Amino acid sequence: MIKEITILIQKELRLEWRQKYALNGILLYVVSAVFITYLSVGAKAGNLSINSWNALYWIIILFSAVNAVAKSFIQEHQGRQLYYYMIASPEAIILSKIIYNTGLTLVLALLGYGVFSVILGNPVQDQGLFLLNLVLGAMGFSATLTMVSGIASKAGNNATLMAILSFPVIIPILLMAIRISKNALDGLDWTVSTDKLIALLAINAIVAVTGYILFPYLWRS
Amino acid sequence: MRQSWWKILAIALLLYTLTAGLLMDVPRLPILNETIRALHFHVTMWFGMILMLIAAVYYSVKYLRTNDIQCDDLAVEFTNSAILFGVLGITTGMLWAKFTWGDYWSGDPKQNASAIGLLMYFAYLILRNSLTDTQQRARIGAIYNIFAFAAFIPLIFVLPRLTDSLHPGNGGNPGFNAYDLDSKLRMIFYPAIIGWTLLGTWIATLRVRARRIERTLEDRFLNS
Repeated sequence: MIKEITILIQKELRLEWRQKYALNGILLYVVSAVFITYLSVGAKAGNLSINSWNALYWIIILFSAVNAVAKSFIQEHQGRQLYYYMIASPEAIILSKIIYNTGLTLVLALLGYGVFSVILGNPVQDQGLFLLNLVLGAMGFSATLTMVSGIASKAGNNATLMAILSFPVIIPILLMAIRISKNALDGLDWTVSTDKLIALLAINAIVAVTGYILFPYLWRS
Repeated sequence: MRQSWWKILAIALLLYTLTAGLLMDVPRLPILNETIRALHFHVTMWFGMILMLIAAVYYSVKYLRTNDIQCDDLAVEFTNSAILFGVLGITTGMLWAKFTWGDYWSGDPKQNASAIGLLMYFAYLILRNSLTDTQQRARIGAIYNIFAFAAFIPLIFVLPRLTDSLHPGNGGNPGFNAYDLDSKLRMIFYPAIIGWTLLGTWIATLRVRARRIERTLEDRFLNS
């Protein structure tokens, strides 16, 4: 099982490396989105209130993640999916996709954070908590979006469907992540955020486990 | 399904809820006053909705295990009734909030969570309509139904508890238990939950039967 997952993740990486335009496209998407935000709010570095900084950052990450993960089931055509169906177990496929997309979302989030820090200022006081929160948020986003993109890919794969199916499901994760992120921005003590971190982890676990159980049924159809 | 005792029970319980809920004495409390009667007509909607969503998840799981299209009928119609109850719950809640909190929408976490929950299930209906093949629609609908419910549970039970809510029983506001010393409210509240849920189930089963008749007619038309 673990061997199967590592091979599948390697496959994802190699595929991404061969079609560099997809990866570069999504990276450019993040940078452009941050820049548009920067110009729209008309704020210089350090001029933006902490709440707005936090909200803008997470909304940009949410949209980039939706766009990045949406392609996880379309970039490979039907014939190749049938081939995977024969050689790999659905559990290994969903786990490998979730792990790979977690990495992808994390890269996007870090890139967004970097660009944000440069042009909109970096008000984060507790870097450790902020980064830990990014990792947990990326896990949650990827678990939800991978499953939803699987569902959307069966339904003609239109972008609207991907958005309306994933947004309400992702809101609990987004809200928790925004709250923890606010604590990190304010540099509050870790004890304040412990219960929220546990809640976020629990929501991640619920979503991931449901996806893990349901994916074989989706895959079979 | 065609048994009638529980329908009679539903009518009896709802008649009791309506008369007793509107006419019986209620505890006089500041701000709440007579609006405490919303307990029987608003709070019960959420209980009914959640019970019917659980039924929908049960039939979705059953569909995935058996591939029996009849289970899918039940799942989708229970979800439809639950959505109806949810919309009613949000409307009654907004009316109640106008008179107690001063605004139709005050950004209360429970209000927001229930609105998001409704978005989730509207998305479910759109997903179903975007699929044309019956079996595939049933299967993918069932998968999303279970998935959405798994996300809905933390949304309504965990998140509102982490922030202050204006609702009675949250954020330092005493719950109804504290007011209802002689359990008079409870005497109506619990039967009301059962009554409304049975009514929702009744609506769902009627629509399931309509669906089955439609399918039979369609088959007959295709075979003739």
